[in-house]
Amino acid sequence: MSLSAQDIERIAHLARIRVTPDEVGQVQAKLEGIFKLIDDMQSVNTKGVEPMSHGLDMVLRLRDDVVTESNQREKFQSNAPEAAEGYFLVPKVIE
Amino acid sequence: MSWNTFTTVAETKKALDSKQVSAVELAQHYLSRALSLNKSLNAFITIDSERTISEAQAQDNRRSKGDVAPLLGVPIAHKDIYLIDGWRTTCGSKMLENFIAPYTSTVVQNMANAGMVTLGKLNMDEFAMGSSNETSYFGPVKNPWDLSRVPGGSSGGSAASVAAGLTPASTGTDTGGSIRQPAMFCNLTGLKPTYGICSRYGIIAFASSLDQAGPFAQTAEDCALLLNAMAGFDPHDATSLDRPKEDYTRDLAKPLKGLRIGLPKEFFGEGVASGIAKAVEDALDVYRKLGATTVEVSLPNVKYSVPAYYVVAPAEASSNLSRFDGARFGHRAKEYDDIIDMYKRSRAEGFGAEVKRRILIGTYVLSHGYYDAYYLQAGKLRRLIAEDFKKAYEVCDVVMGPTAPEGAFQFGAKSDDPVKMYLNDIFTICANLTGQPAMSHPCGVDKDTGQFVGMHIIGNYLDEARMLNAAHQYQLATEWHKAHPAL
Repeated sequence: MSLSAQDIERIAHLARIRVTPDEVGQVQAKLEGIFKLIDDMQSVNTKGVEPMSHGLDMVLRLRDDVVTESNQREKFQSNAPEAAEGYFLVPKVIE
Repeated sequence: MSWNTFTTVAETKKALDSKQVSAVELAQHYLSRALSLNKSLNAFITIDSERTISEAQAQDNRRSKGDVAPLLGVPIAHKDIYLIDGWRTTCGSKMLENFIAPYTSTVVQNMANAGMVTLGKLNMDEFAMGSSNETSYFGPVKNPWDLSRVPGGSSGGSAASVAAGLTPASTGTDTGGSIRQPAMFCNLTGLKPTYGICSRYGIIAFASSLDQAGPFAQTAEDCALLLNAMAGFDPHDATSLDRPKEDYTRDLAKPLKGLRIGLPKEFFGEGVASGIAKAVEDALDVYRKLGATTVEVSLPNVKYSVPAYYVVAPAEASSNLSRFDGARFGHRAKEYDDIIDMYKRSRAEGFGAEVKRRILIGTYVLSHGYYDAYYLQAGKLRRLIAEDFKKAYEVCDVVMGPTAPEGAFQFGAKSDDPVKMYLNDIFTICANLTGQPAMSHPCGVDKDTGQFVGMHIIGNYLDEARMLNAAHQYQLATEWHKAHPAL
């Protein structure tokens, strides 16, 4: 598999990571090496195999729909880059 | 006093219980060692002596009131991926350079309930992505045995701190070998338990279906004592196993007669340094002398572990790390045009190169049209690998082999070539993909390089007590784990 410079720019946009034009080439070369390693698994015939995500095949539990957490807004917002009056501040999104 | 810097957890506990030493005295001793040796080792990111001493005082007070918690007053240091309320928690990243954890992870809370005192937060590869500790924003940890070599990763600080006697034990996390490989590189015992027995709540997520917490210590007996404190059902973790508490020390004293050790031919082929193969063979002879038998087994799909892992881990990481947006916590760029640009610049500045690479890989494999070819195919390979092990366990109780194909390497030896770095985890990754428990214990030295060799034990699900029994019996018969670096 080969990745084009446009592929890198598209993925970087989806991932919300700024990649400058002079970084694209290096990122492209490193990712291609990694995908070469990954593509080793494509030859395996896995028809009919059930994919696995948990070794003991457990299913997710349900809990009662009740309040279990207390409100700690100030504490959590103390890590925010910018917050005021209980809100997280971000650049204007809606004109 | 009958304890010293390298006293094990088990012996430290006895010294505390018999009042030969107090929690405060122990905390002071290790803090002063850590403060002076950290300048050369860089094992700790954060030390907060005042907080540690007050924790130690609280544990001494518990004792004076008659409390008999199992590890009352024993010091521990935590990988900086565990949230502890009020402690800075960086995950080795610029992104979280100033992040103060607002709550405490279940594992740390369990250990505090058992009486353990936090000595500080340990250096690690950024977001646990690395095998050499060279990706940490706070600089690499040095291997205490040879400062020109890496301590392994991603739990490099966890391994170096115990090996150097800055703490009797530490916690790590293991997503693809991040406990076991550094344990080998620093001549320690390290255990990654069965997926689901240690809560992931409050551990900064890397790859949620693979991440597991586990202990580092000098001995298997210590790992058993530590796991007793760490493990347990937690309703805060949706994948936590709801099952009764176990005593992982219960089988330590059992003789090994009748233990069947499976030797996968895939773990002894080319690619393993000959000095490592030799040390592992010698260790297997010890196991045979102790009454175990060995049988060759085959794990034909295990060779797809590394490719499957480099789909699953980056895919889950790209999702988990999307929370770092520069809006709610973490680094925010100083200048930006609009909100999208704020995300992009904050993430570009806050994450290091390896973390960005993995997010990009993960984003690609999960993007429209590629899911079946990558994440789904990797999930199917996980099943095939798990079935290989299931078949092996028809004829053996545990599987053994080398922990890594080569020992501690020089700084810079692999840092420019991610694929070369990834292949160092070739033997450890399969246990994360399947969720099985696995551990590494010291078993000698590679005569060609002088570097330590680890024996890798992989066990069936929930079979930690048997693995710890095997390693403990080996350690009663050998001295490798008793070596300490001159510092």
